[in-house]
Amino acid sequence: MARAFSPKIVTANHLLEGDVIYQTADDRWSRHISEAELITDEAHAQLRLLDASRQANVIVGAYLADAVAGENGPEPTHFREAFRRTGPSNYVHGKQEASPQPRA
Amino acid sequence: MYRYSEFDTAFLAERNAQFRAQVERRIDGSLTEDEFKPLRLMNGLYLQLHAYMLRVAIPYGTVNSAQMRQLALLAEKWDKGYGHFTTRQNIQYNWPKLNDVPDMLDALAEVGMHAIQTSGNTIRNVTADHFAGAAADEVADPRPYAELLRQWSTDHPEFQFMPRKFKIAITGSENDRAVIKAHDIGLQLIERDSVLGAKVIVGGGLGRTPMIGKTLNEFIAFDDLLAYLEATVSVWNQIGRRDNKYKARIKITVHEHGIDDIRARVEERYAQVRPQFKGVDMALLEEIKTHFALPAFREGSVAAFEGAYTNDPVFRSWVDTNIAPHKNADHAIVTISIKKHGNTPGDATAEQMRVMADLAQEFGYDELRISHEQNVILPHVHKSDLPAIHARLKEHELATANIGLISDIIACPGMDYCALATARSIPVAETIATRFDELKLEHDIGHLKIKISGCINACGHHHVGHIGILGLDRAGVENYQITLGGDGSENASIGERAGPGFSYDEIVPAVERLVYAYLDLRDSKDETFLQTYRRLGLAPFKAALYPEAQADAA
Repeated sequence: MARAFSPKIVTANHLLEGDVIYQTADDRWSRHISEAELITDEAHAQLRLLDASRQANVIVGAYLADAVAGENGPEPTHFREAFRRTGPSNYVHGKQEASPQPRA
Repeated sequence: MYRYSEFDTAFLAERNAQFRAQVERRIDGSLTEDEFKPLRLMNGLYLQLHAYMLRVAIPYGTVNSAQMRQLALLAEKWDKGYGHFTTRQNIQYNWPKLNDVPDMLDALAEVGMHAIQTSGNTIRNVTADHFAGAAADEVADPRPYAELLRQWSTDHPEFQFMPRKFKIAITGSENDRAVIKAHDIGLQLIERDSVLGAKVIVGGGLGRTPMIGKTLNEFIAFDDLLAYLEATVSVWNQIGRRDNKYKARIKITVHEHGIDDIRARVEERYAQVRPQFKGVDMALLEEIKTHFALPAFREGSVAAFEGAYTNDPVFRSWVDTNIAPHKNADHAIVTISIKKHGNTPGDATAEQMRVMADLAQEFGYDELRISHEQNVILPHVHKSDLPAIHARLKEHELATANIGLISDIIACPGMDYCALATARSIPVAETIATRFDELKLEHDIGHLKIKISGCINACGHHHVGHIGILGLDRAGVENYQITLGGDGSENASIGERAGPGFSYDEIVPAVERLVYAYLDLRDSKDETFLQTYRRLGLAPFKAALYPEAQADAA
């Protein structure tokens, strides 16, 4: 039996800024994972990744990352994605600099 | 130090203009990311977890004060006020914007610096002993030859699309401070019958398959060396494995073919290429040597130094750990620790860079070095200036007296920045340093090198750490493996894995148990951690690391 599909978000880096961005359900790119579209269907996930990959003039390196539904929208399940949504742990730089978010 | 010729300057200006146009074409959509990526990598521009990263080469680790000030300017103007010195004598900027990178490269070119071949499957920044030109124990300054190699390898048409990256390190001393046995090619300068040449070591490397380099040739005279190196790289370029990224480095080629087979192939190729080298390289080397003439060392009394050494215990402690012997007895080599307890190893602020530049200009014959151990060196300092230098360093959190001690840790950027990392390195280093500073044990423990990598690629050189720490992702959780007994010196050895890994919360206590075990086991204060380990082997250290296993067995 095929493994159950675990929910995903589409994430990438912004072409000019280089920072982490997330695809929203209404086809924007948000700096906040909480605004990301949480995708629960595998076929839809592939389509959304294709949508993202077509925007090569805006983004770099789109991929599907595991996420779960939290109180305020999607949250990361892996520590790598937790770092991507906040910033490094040695300085208050990156996303945590602008808008503090609790680490998962 | 080397000053760019008109050719160098024109070459760099053209290259930077090309890259500026490539960035513009990427932004206007004419280039896809797949097309752009190899171009940006050739110019040192990576995309990491949170931002782009620009890796700037510091060839053979040498900079002058003007260059250091320019590195500070880049940090301030286009980054977040700091830069990260790396284990390959590069500096990395963690937060540049794509649009700004061409301006950053132009600013570097103003002081004769670049980011060319700091990435990609090319010959990378040639690294050297950071004490080169100053060390009391060297045969000759290796940097003129390193500069020749930089010029030879930069844009070398045969070596732009190799099976994998290629790293060369060079030292002028038997006492190896450049980890030459962990490089694709390591060169040790040797003088034989008044002829200068090099011992050529090949096939060293760390990463997922760590290997100690093997001697390809005991001695090749300078006259023949460039042809011989070209032959060596050329042999690998032809037979190196392009089918498998993990088997592409020359260490695997040497391992699979055997050093004798490689030597025979190199000899054959050498016979072909040698006639093409008609002495232009040697003429160039002679010209380059003039750039590296030693400064006229000033004379003067060292009484001020001796007085401070006797009367000021803080100064004395710093001198005892951070000062190395200079070839001129009245002078000293100062290592400025970029490892303040609790800070990120190798990170210097723009202000600190300027302070170090000022010190080099005022007291250090305008020279600075970056070490692969992520510290900064003033290679030539008259001893009477040491108290003034120390006082200035103290004002800027640069006077930590810990060179070669447990808190002088090499750590890669790890999961805090690097897209390849599987775990964090920096906070582990910070916590170990802070912990042993609290315990006030550091000086009692003595010479001990801890090296931390946040993934199997081993940028943090964990395989050659006396204590090596490798951060991995085990089932979605950070996990740290310990290796023991590694050594990056002329007696190079690969550390032995101690056993199962430790969680993020357990790794620092595990290191603490190891160190206490060493303090109990050493036969005297003079026996270093590595010596104790070599005398007793893994077993007693393993027992300290895994007390539960001991209890279960009992």
